[in-house]
Amino acid sequence: MEGAQAIGLAALSITFLVGLSRAMILFIVTSGLSFVLGVLRVPNVAHGSLYMIGAFAAYSISVLFGGGSAGFWLALIFAPLVVALVSLIAERSLFRHLYQREHLMLLLFTFALMLILGDLTKIVWGADYRSIMPPTLLRGSVSLFGSPFPKYNLFLLIIGPLVAIGLWLFSSRTKMGKIARAAAVDMEMVGAIGINVSWVFAFAFVLGCMLAGLGGALVSPTISVTIGMDHDIIIEAFLIVTIGGLGNMWGAMVGSLIFGITQSFGILFWPQFAIVFPYLAVVIVLTLKPTGLLKSVW
Amino acid sequence: MFREMIRQKSFGVSVIIFGVLLLAPSFLPRFYIYFLAVIFVTALLAMSLNLCVGHGMIFQFHHGVFYGVGAYTAGLLLAKTSLPWWIAFMAGPLAAAFTGLLIGLFCIRLNRLYFGMLQISLGSLIWAIAFRWYDLTGGDDGIHGIPIPDFIASTTSSYYFVLIVLGICVVLMYLILKSPFGSTLQAIRDNPERCAAVGIHVRRHQLKAIVIATFFGGVAGVLFVVVEGSIYPGLLFWVLSLEIFIMCLLGGWFTFAGPILGAAIIVSLRTFVGTIQNIGPIENVGEYWTLILGVILILLIFFLPEGIMGYNYRQLFRSRMKYSSESQVE
Repeated sequence: MEGAQAIGLAALSITFLVGLSRAMILFIVTSGLSFVLGVLRVPNVAHGSLYMIGAFAAYSISVLFGGGSAGFWLALIFAPLVVALVSLIAERSLFRHLYQREHLMLLLFTFALMLILGDLTKIVWGADYRSIMPPTLLRGSVSLFGSPFPKYNLFLLIIGPLVAIGLWLFSSRTKMGKIARAAAVDMEMVGAIGINVSWVFAFAFVLGCMLAGLGGALVSPTISVTIGMDHDIIIEAFLIVTIGGLGNMWGAMVGSLIFGITQSFGILFWPQFAIVFPYLAVVIVLTLKPTGLLKSVW
Repeated sequence: MFREMIRQKSFGVSVIIFGVLLLAPSFLPRFYIYFLAVIFVTALLAMSLNLCVGHGMIFQFHHGVFYGVGAYTAGLLLAKTSLPWWIAFMAGPLAAAFTGLLIGLFCIRLNRLYFGMLQISLGSLIWAIAFRWYDLTGGDDGIHGIPIPDFIASTTSSYYFVLIVLGICVVLMYLILKSPFGSTLQAIRDNPERCAAVGIHVRRHQLKAIVIATFFGGVAGVLFVVVEGSIYPGLLFWVLSLEIFIMCLLGGWFTFAGPILGAAIIVSLRTFVGTIQNIGPIENVGEYWTLILGVILILLIFFLPEGIMGYNYRQLFRSRMKYSSESQVE
């Protein structure tokens, strides 16, 4: 009896930690989405596609460098840059001409971008499943509470908070970050003091998309990289941003934690309907607090 | 009201089009009859969404769910029970309207984007259930070969059935929009604060609009079952919802018939682009139809933001539009 209880507790703790590491990926992706949402006031539907491109780019880069550990670390650096380049091209060539237009048009543009990027990914990488090995350092698992826990998930648990701290330092300590935060609150005033608003938008958009790429690169060793990843993540990311409070980075963190942890406990308790649990959590949060848990910048 | 409708110039055109469509099976090959039926179903779906989006400015982001609920209810009742067909056909729209009411009650308190987001969340919940409940819904495979009552089982008879139901629904929707309720709804779209100030219960009106729109969405779902004889979770997926949204936009979301045109264009594109094999050196063009849809959408955003009908409408009735836009500003 006691033994069964101990196993139960260990399983719960491991489930919690797995949920937490899943939440870190979600956080990295959604913090980017939230950043774009805060500054541009546009829910970027193409965010999921950029995450997918990040994962595919990570695969290609790691293959390019021999598929070993070095390949993985280089992929982690260069895949977000590839995504940043893609988003910069989309933003400067098309998106920036729409800033004066009605809001719905911006939303639809990002949807069109999602459709196009999705098919372009299929053209470039094909519809096969791809997988990446984690570097030697992060292979295998460690023993936690008497159960094996993958080292890679431990790595995610470290990198998530690092990204959060980095983003926080960036937005509160650097000039560019302060401008971006000001733009989120009052765009016109930022323009009035002589800052090029169009470039602030471009910068925010590219930074947000780069975070999507980083998330994609980080997730690539844990799942099989394939077409359709974009559809799965984007709805989750939107919901997380909504329950956290639009444009609020810490809100993205709280939302990701709720989402990741309910998801992994759902898998433990009722695998068939595991995907229902996070949605249910979102419904509960939005019913109790319609504008999200933390303060929205809108 | 009905008389007013008959006096309209566009009414004559509609009757002629309807007449031609009634005769279509006698001169068109079978594939095109099926293809037209698919367009009709999609058109009804897009029009029902436009009741909310175009005429009510309610950001119904996940309308596909109600279409799916209608289709699943009717399909499951036909496939798994021995109830007469008409009960299944009635149950579909009613279940959709009930779901619409339920989801609407949750969402209506929120403003635009939050409204859309909560609706996507609640809708995804329903999608997830349909996707995972293998015993009942067949999971991601769905259910195929649903027994359709004999009198509408053939391509031609189902075509007539869909066409007639579409005709009835279009007339009903037109009458609803021209009724005092419809006028109020459009007034709310144009200026919600002022409507609230003169004593209109804004939220309740919007909720009614959602229920009506979801009812017609459910009708479209039932018609889908009639035409295809199958149900699958893709009907409830949010990508479809955004596709319908685009149809409204493409056709012209401030016009009544715009969504029909939008649906016709998107369905034709999907069907015919899907059949293209190679264009010169580029192989398997048909696989990349979403790419083409995306490019079309971008062109639309840049050059025709009011949709095709919206553009034509302005060109043809410039004076009237000017008048109405002035009265809006007033």
